[in-house]
Amino acid sequence: MSTFWSLWIIVLTTITLIALVYLLFSNRKSTNKGPDSTTGHVYDGIEEYDNPLPLWWLYMFVITIVFSVGYLIAYPGMGNFKGVLGWTQINQWQKDVDKAEEKYGAIFAQYSSTPVEELIHDKKALKMAGRIFSNNCAQCHGSDARGSYGFPNLTDSEWIYGGSAEEIKTTITHGRTGAMPAWGTILGEDGIKNVSAYVLSLSDRQAAVGDAELGSEKFKLFCVACHTADGTGNPALGAPNLANNIWLYGGSQGLIQRTINLGRNGAMPAHQELLSSDKIHLLTAYIYSLSNGDSKTDLSLNNNNSEPDLALVK
Amino acid sequence: MKHDFVEKNIAVMVLLTIVAISFGGLVEIVPLFFIEETTEPVEGLMPLTATQLEGRDIYIREGCVGCHSQMIRPLRSETERYGHYSVAGEFVYDHPFLWGSKRTGPDLARVGARYSDDWHRAHLMDPRSVVPESNMPAFPWLFENTVDGSMTGKKMAALRMVGVPYTDEDIAAAAEAVEGKTEIEALISYLQQLGTLFKHKR
Repeated sequence: MSTFWSLWIIVLTTITLIALVYLLFSNRKSTNKGPDSTTGHVYDGIEEYDNPLPLWWLYMFVITIVFSVGYLIAYPGMGNFKGVLGWTQINQWQKDVDKAEEKYGAIFAQYSSTPVEELIHDKKALKMAGRIFSNNCAQCHGSDARGSYGFPNLTDSEWIYGGSAEEIKTTITHGRTGAMPAWGTILGEDGIKNVSAYVLSLSDRQAAVGDAELGSEKFKLFCVACHTADGTGNPALGAPNLANNIWLYGGSQGLIQRTINLGRNGAMPAHQELLSSDKIHLLTAYIYSLSNGDSKTDLSLNNNNSEPDLALVK
Repeated sequence: MKHDFVEKNIAVMVLLTIVAISFGGLVEIVPLFFIEETTEPVEGLMPLTATQLEGRDIYIREGCVGCHSQMIRPLRSETERYGHYSVAGEFVYDHPFLWGSKRTGPDLARVGARYSDDWHRAHLMDPRSVVPESNMPAFPWLFENTVDGSMTGKKMAALRMVGVPYTDEDIAAAAEAVEGKTEIEALISYLQQLGTLFKHKR
């Protein structure tokens, strides 16, 4: 703040305080002497006593003024003067954050050196991770992690970007962006119909035989680069397996045609700037446990009605 | 005493009342229009693009601000949930501010890049489809309506008059930039940029 505005605030505040004190004491006494004297005002026959200010009220006013002076000395308020306590809202926040980090940081950090593959047997760790999942992941993947249309199911063994602990962690940390191009203009209406028929046949479902044969030619031309020749996909490219009848955007011929026609660009947001690496590590363990855990993880972990584990908080 | 005089001359009383009540404003409000902390944009702050600006107007039209604030206070409980606390410099291009004061839904000051575009589509079409316990209304008409770009340039010109640094080219290209966009696209592009300049790990 410039010196001018600092002085502006200081001078005006001081004037206000002085004016208030003057106003108070100049009006403290009654103007007329004698008991039962009135101000002379009469409203519908009701007269107004001219008594001095009640003492309790006067003292309260004085106390508020003394308080405000004390406040302005202790806390920032007078322009650039920081106050003798050195308080700011940011350092109070920082203090709270540091205190919380001291209290809870170690609870999360204790698992950071344990490999994900071992962590999935640690019930307490998974319970904590389940909470992080509820707060950060459930909005898209669902509270049961089974996903929905456009949001992958995390509880099965099918992975678009790979299901190893390392790959899951990369997905959470850096996010993913699906890059299925729109083939509508290249394939044309018939082309899309034929390719979709071929894609249906990949997962052993009924498709018009002639269409599928024609589609197979197109598939070899345009699709194999990512989805591979047998349609089993390539996790390194995020190209899903088309042969196992698990579908992110629906497996009906109509929806497959839509996917081919307009493309898909599903996006997993990056979390490296949002969550600490300790929490990402725990989350990885939770998600890994959903398909690799002891008899799979008990999904009721996310049940909000369950008793909180007090042992988790010191 | 002059008390009588003041009480019986209404013009004098009005004048003195105005003087008395203006002190608070002069001290607490007036400096904010001139000091750097509130008038300088934070590093990297850009004026909204034409599409984002139209999205913001849809945000206003649909009354989102009635249930969603855009102001994260420097309290741990808030930064833990929403991210870095808000700073004044983030809002210098905001006219009017959409800070809000009601949180029926969560704060949106840093909702940008938290969810995918697809999630926002699903959520605005049917909030219950992704957040079962949500009580947010659905906004299906946003998917059908297209943005009317006839006023976009004028809006930008008006904002330029109050200090948003739009260039003549921005204004000239505005109508074309929003041509054919649906309202949902505009709204999502507005939401996805909210608060992305500051990061805070939780």
